[in-house]
Amino acid sequence: MSFFGTIWDGVGEMFDAIFNGDWSKENQIGATVRGWCGENETLADWINAGISLATLAAIASLSAMVLVYFERKVSGHMQRRLGPMRTGPHGIFQTLADGIKLFFKEGFRPKSADFFTYYLAPFIPMMGSFMILAVIPFDQHLQVANPELGIIYVAAVAGLAGFGLIIGAWGSNNKYSLLSGMRSGAQMISYEVSLLLAILLIVLVSGHTNLQEIIKTQEGGIFNWWIFKLPVLGLISFVFFIITTNAELNRTPFDLSEAESELGAGFHTEYSGICFSMFFLAEYVNMLIAASLATTLFLGGWHAPHPGLDYPGLGWLWFGAKTSCIIFLYFWFRWTFPRLRIDQMMDFEWRFLLPASMVSLLLAGVFMSMGWYIGD
Amino acid sequence: MDLVSAQVPAGFPETHPNELTEEFYLNMGPQHPATHGVLRLVVKLDGETVKGVVPHLGYIHRSIEKMAESETYVQNIHLTDRLDYLSCHMNNLCLCMAVEKGANIGVPERGEYIRIMICELQRLQSHLLWWATFGMDLGALTAFLYGFDQREQITDIFEDVCGARLTMNYFRPGGSYCDVPDTFIPRVKAVLEGMEKSLDEYADLVGGNMIIQERCQGIGVLTKEKAISYGCSGPVARAAGVDYDVRRDDPYGIYDRFDFDVPLGKNGDCYDRYTVRIEEMRQSMRILEQCIKEMPSEGPYRSKIKTVIKIPEGHSYANVETARGLFGTYIVSDNKPKPYRLKYRSPNFSNVNIIDEVAKGFKVADLVTVLATLDPVIPDIDR
Repeated sequence: MSFFGTIWDGVGEMFDAIFNGDWSKENQIGATVRGWCGENETLADWINAGISLATLAAIASLSAMVLVYFERKVSGHMQRRLGPMRTGPHGIFQTLADGIKLFFKEGFRPKSADFFTYYLAPFIPMMGSFMILAVIPFDQHLQVANPELGIIYVAAVAGLAGFGLIIGAWGSNNKYSLLSGMRSGAQMISYEVSLLLAILLIVLVSGHTNLQEIIKTQEGGIFNWWIFKLPVLGLISFVFFIITTNAELNRTPFDLSEAESELGAGFHTEYSGICFSMFFLAEYVNMLIAASLATTLFLGGWHAPHPGLDYPGLGWLWFGAKTSCIIFLYFWFRWTFPRLRIDQMMDFEWRFLLPASMVSLLLAGVFMSMGWYIGD
Repeated sequence: MDLVSAQVPAGFPETHPNELTEEFYLNMGPQHPATHGVLRLVVKLDGETVKGVVPHLGYIHRSIEKMAESETYVQNIHLTDRLDYLSCHMNNLCLCMAVEKGANIGVPERGEYIRIMICELQRLQSHLLWWATFGMDLGALTAFLYGFDQREQITDIFEDVCGARLTMNYFRPGGSYCDVPDTFIPRVKAVLEGMEKSLDEYADLVGGNMIIQERCQGIGVLTKEKAISYGCSGPVARAAGVDYDVRRDDPYGIYDRFDFDVPLGKNGDCYDRYTVRIEEMRQSMRILEQCIKEMPSEGPYRSKIKTVIKIPEGHSYANVETARGLFGTYIVSDNKPKPYRLKYRSPNFSNVNIIDEVAKGFKVADLVTVLATLDPVIPDIDR
């Protein structure tokens, strides 16, 4: 199956699942809506689809706002200061105020920028994030769509974000943006290879591409999560996953595309107002997605660390807790490390990360065939 | 898209290496986060590789040397604050020393100690700010706040001493315009104690980081010969192996009484410039400790001089070691209260002009590293 074929099938499955799938059938809200609509099945489907998509939009914007607030707080405390303190108690309305400001700010387009690409670019990363968010399994039944090719679909759609950056960088007609676009293009393509190998390792050992099925293979306590279940290799592969997603997210030490001290702001130098906030929002939603995927693939998804703590309907709490830990890890990296140089970054990927992840993938095959893993 | 067919800017010979590619000119500055001011660098790029750098100066020219001719010597002191604002005490001192040489004014013992202590505190402060911004230029944003936190304590001491935090205007021919307060020595002791605890940790936090080492070692190499022929001075030259420090080799004030080392680099790369500056901070702390021990607690802080200082006809020259290198003041006098001509020799002008030599062939990111380790203060270049 070709690359675009995979995306297309995934999208088809996603829409199929949104309209007819698990969410509306197994979820309490979905069942209630069905009860109200009675005979009229089509109306119930449309209402359910509307609810699920609105929920997605709410999750995306709210989580981005909360994440920005926490990032500023975490960085503040790491740097011996308090972070935002003025807007509301402990500054909790700071990002809301910033968001309102960005929304009403004048959208300024440079005269020589290319109209079509300039305005198209901010929406591509956002679209990619929304499309992935639809398949993230927050809980057993808290998932908008559950396509069979879940993880492959995620990997395919994740590649879209890079296009937005490159198109935006080219469309702004700014030399700094152009440099940044070239950097981010090279970076995203390179690190995607290792990211896919890390994902493939989990697909190989769990035997599933469906996200819910992958989570189900990790049932039964902390030692059944793939990070520990596969001795050493699981941990190594988890580290590779965190490194590569960090690079995909354009965060320090891989923030070359928006290297502040070198390129000003890189690809979003010429963007302001709502277009800039689109890039910004996508960056934080992508961070949430990356952390959710790490949780799903390596940390047992919505399962509790001990089987006795698994209450039906409370899985999203465990999922949220694990995701928050990973997100804190990303914050920690960003405010600790300096930035790499472009050639060092490429060297690291092609000379170290790629061979190492290939070897770990091979070893994972050996481990599985020899039965060297915990549990069944 | 009119990106690549831009006109060749001034300072570059027009070249076309082959038919498929053209050079790419990038204008870094005057408003750019890495230039720490209004320096403009026109960079010729081949992809990410720097093919040439031409610094364009003059964006903050205030004609301070011409202004000096219409002000008296004491009025001129506050203008020297506006040169290298991170070494303003040393600049004050240099002008004062040139006036003292010309007009034969002595400085009392206590006044000399105050001068040395204030200057060494200023060197510490300046290097801390450099350390902070160096981290920021390389992407380590947390180091920035740590450096500023330490620097703040020294700035508070200056505020305590003379009331100002940035443009201090403290020294006068014959001493300083007021005595240090009683809290001065205890506060300096407290700062030194805090620095002793944190300096190793800080130096390790940035300099011990693997990414920083990878990005600095072997980057922006300045040879000893080049450093001498371009007239570099200060930590930049010492990192290249030029064993010259005005404080030791041409001692002014009472520097000959103190025991301190002049750190030298071996390779002249960015990492050497980093380690030399960190080591200079340690040496400054050594000098300060000796000062605290030996400083007389009584006595005048300033010798008695006339209100209007006239320098007899002739010329006088004094130089000091600022945080960035050799700063010189040359006074030509015609027996009037105002100088006939006042010339400053600033270290940053020479230090910045090597940027084409040291950054050529490296990447854009290395240009930022090189600029951060050269540590230029732009108002000092343009004057």
